[in-house]
Amino acid sequence: MSQTLDSKVPSGDLADKWTKHKFDLKLVNPSNRRKFTVLVVGTGLAGGSAAASLAEMGYNVKSFCIQDSPRRAHSIAAQGGINSAKNYTNDGDSVYRLFYDTIKGGDYRSREGNVHRLAEVSTGIIDQCVAQGVPFAREYGGLLGNRSFGGAQVSRTFYARGQTGQQLLLGAYSAMMRQVHSGGIELFTRREMIDLVKVDGVARGIVVRNLLTGKLERHAGDAVLLCTGGYGNTFFLSTNAKASNVTAAWRAHKRGAFFANPCYTQIHPTCIPVSGDHQSKLTLMSESLRNDGRVWVPKEKGDKRKAADIPDSDRDYYLERKYPSFGNLVPRDVASRNAKQVCDSGQGVGSTGQAVFLDFADAIKRDGRSTIEARYGNLFQMYERITAEDPYKMPMRIFPAVHYTMGGLWVDYNLESTIPGLFVLGEANFSDHGANRLGASALMQGLADGYFVVPATIASHLAGRALDPVTTDHPAFGAVEEEARLSTERLLNVGGNRSAFDLHRELGLICWNHCGMGRNEKGLKEGLEKIRALRDVFWNELKVPGTGAELNQSLEHAGRVADFMEFSEVMVADALHREESCGGHFREEHQSEENEAKRNDEDFCYVAAWEFQGVNKPSTLHKEDLKFENVKLTTRSYK
Amino acid sequence: MKLTLEIWRQSGPNDKGRFETYQTVADPDMSFLEMLDELNEGLLTDGKEPVAFDHDCREGICGMCSLVLNGQPHGPEALTTTCQLHMRKFKDGDRITIEPFRADAFPVSRDLVVERDSFDRIIAAGGYVSINTGAAPDAHGLPIEKDKAEIAMDAAACIGCGACVAACPNAAAMLFTSAKISQLAMLPQGQPERKKRALAMVDQMDAENFGTCTNHYECMAACPKGVSVANIARMNREYMGAHVAPAPQ
Ligand SMILES: Cc1cc2nc3c(=O)[nH]c(=O)nc-3n(C[C@H](O)[C@H](O)[C@H](O)COP(=O)(O)OP(=O)(O)OC[C@H]3O[C@@H](n4cnc5c(N)ncnc54)[C@H](O)[C@@H]3O)c2cc1C
Ligand code: FES
Repeated sequence: MSQTLDSKVPSGDLADKWTKHKFDLKLVNPSNRRKFTVLVVGTGLAGGSAAASLAEMGYNVKSFCIQDSPRRAHSIAAQGGINSAKNYTNDGDSVYRLFYDTIKGGDYRSREGNVHRLAEVSTGIIDQCVAQGVPFAREYGGLLGNRSFGGAQVSRTFYARGQTGQQLLLGAYSAMMRQVHSGGIELFTRREMIDLVKVDGVARGIVVRNLLTGKLERHAGDAVLLCTGGYGNTFFLSTNAKASNVTAAWRAHKRGAFFANPCYTQIHPTCIPVSGDHQSKLTLMSESLRNDGRVWVPKEKGDKRKAADIPDSDRDYYLERKYPSFGNLVPRDVASRNAKQVCDSGQGVGSTGQAVFLDFADAIKRDGRSTIEARYGNLFQMYERITAEDPYKMPMRIFPAVHYTMGGLWVDYNLESTIPGLFVLGEANFSDHGANRLGASALMQGLADGYFVVPATIASHLAGRALDPVTTDHPAFGAVEEEARLSTERLLNVGGNRSAFDLHRELGLICWNHCGMGRNEKGLKEGLEKIRALRDVFWNELKVPGTGAELNQSLEHAGRVADFMEFSEVMVADALHREESCGGHFREEHQSEENEAKRNDEDFCYVAAWEFQGVNKPSTLHKEDLKFENVKLTTRSYK
Repeated sequence: MKLTLEIWRQSGPNDKGRFETYQTVADPDMSFLEMLDELNEGLLTDGKEPVAFDHDCREGICGMCSLVLNGQPHGPEALTTTCQLHMRKFKDGDRITIEPFRADAFPVSRDLVVERDSFDRIIAAGGYVSINTGAAPDAHGLPIEKDKAEIAMDAAACIGCGACVAACPNAAAMLFTSAKISQLAMLPQGQPERKKRALAMVDQMDAENFGTCTNHYECMAACPKGVSVANIARMNREYMGAHVAPAPQ
């Protein structure tokens, strides 16, 4: 049975909702906070900032991550920057404009209330980070530098060279370590959450695998925060770190947390193309390159001349041609789709034909090599290291790659999932980006969730519900641990001869080909069948060497791939059900004559939240209707 | 290209460990870790134990990869982590020894995997500004000279990989510790706790069994992020200064 989901977005004026909500929320008395234990899974920007902030408030926090140190979470790799509505540049930015841009950029598939809150708290994030000593770029006057990013028409992006994610994460990490030192946080590294424990329907604990010893460990608490990142690695090749996974979210989903909009995946336009079958991951080239680089392909199909030998008259600067007002700075989904279109039509470059040029020759001519070097030197160096080609002398070759996932566990305005006591933060939830995320907004959202939203809203659960004390001796823990033990054994005992790595690569290719940049009914249906068939192959041909009682990287990977094998099915099913094109979800049946995405607001202006019914059984769809009280739905146009 | 690999194998923290020799074929466009991926695929299908090694971002920023190649932490290319190193930097027929970062403070868990929680404890001792969430003043209330901000950023570029320790003949952690002390010493936000921080972090570093610095500067040569030994000099000054005038109790 389908149920209506209550987003709990407060009523009233958009700009007053968050303030009003904070006032209406119950509070936990400071002296009572230490009686509550909060389990925070993940130490990226979302988990790191949440753990630190909650411990500062006096809660008892336990923090978990896969890596050997919390500082190594995937957030560390973010390059470009973080948005904030500070309007330090006096170019007309405001909380409302950031709100509006994010709603529009998300192709009108996100909640007004959440997005406005995000824009509101964005200013406090920059203050917090600066106070921590995050070395943002500065101007000669000593004040913070800003740049325009990802096609925004105001300069609202703060950055720290090409290492913004690293510097923000180190800020959150150091705040965490201060709490570790004072005893507010107990740290559990090299732990993988294997399952969620519910007692009387409420999230009360987790079972984790100690990755060094293989031992299963139980942890009880009064609330569980999943801050475990996105599921881009379903596609095998993506810009995500290798350990990024869907496991924690998927196991919570199997325990009753609905999964929202899994088909909304973001394909980033500027990545280094695949070089061969050995490819293990893809490298992003920062979007900022599109500020100066010009994207083009040869006009003639199959033109194999070197870039330098192709005269201007034989080049197609297709973004500038099709979108004269935004040009090379169109949003990510538009840029990616156009790259695919020109490659599909045979104009792609490089040995595989799966690439387009990003050319700096004109920028170098205009501004001089040293200016370009100052702006992008480290990126050019990275490109040369990987491809052995010098982008000062010849254009870069780029191609879109899976980068970010807007879908995630469904949460209400409090960031609480459909399991009471289970909160979901950062990329792991679905909340703020609709069908497409704007550049520099993921870092903002992760930190907003962790520094400002959850520290306030968690009280709705802790003070709002009567929570009986629960220890790890509760039978629910024993039952979940036993299931975890059995699933490890199952992985170890398949007895085939193929690695999880190999099977993962095959799954990734299916998802990319059938549920990538362009999707259609026939392809999606085929994709579903192929995924189901591959899942059988997985459970017949998998080989995991070693045992469960030791550091066993093959076993870790196999567990994650087993979850991708199940998760990918709901991702494709969601794409199949959504008979419209919006943001990162492009259904080829639904496009205008000019190949632009055609939304169907009449029938699809809702969040699709899926409920698990069992492996090999179709999930149940629940809808949360999206109401727009402030913004008028229009067709995005970047012409 | 054909390669002979001498790889450190160690089944667990208590195993003595040994080198084992493997023959493999690589493509020049592969990254070093992709070469190891392929080796592991072969080992697995041959019924042998794959080689355990740490990695995550494969972009040179998370600090997870921790290999010593032919005696050099992160291998032969300057300013490059192992995960960013490509096989075209090697020649057909090369012999490459592959070991984990070695130091008493970095115990080996398995094969090429080491534990670096000692670094976390050094940061926990004082590598932060004590400010609670929500208590921050407006970011523009505190202008910072661009030059100083740049020096702070240079130091903050440290990825905490530990190559500096692995490269140091004494396994000292001076470059790592000094990078954080310098970053915060250069910034106004770091001033109130400046002395206390220097003392606490250096004391923790000593407590973790890292060696002492005898000015070999191998750390800087191995650092994939180019963190400068000037930070060590600054840390020494900070530490001395803090001793001369201890922080008020
Ligand atoms: C190359 C790249 C560049 C980017 N650049 C930008 C940018 O410039 N601006 C921007 O706004 N966004 C950027 N993004 C997006 C942004 O970095 C991410 O969306 C964001 O950092 C996600 O943060 P998070 O805290 O939600 O999760 P993550 O940083 O992914 O952290 C996940 C955490 O969960 C832990 N974990 C996962 N599963 C488990 C489990 N089962 N058990 C225990 N622990 C687990 C991990 O160990 C880790 O600590 C970029 C992304 C990429 C890939
Ligand atoms: S794997 Fe992240 S730095 Fe090498």
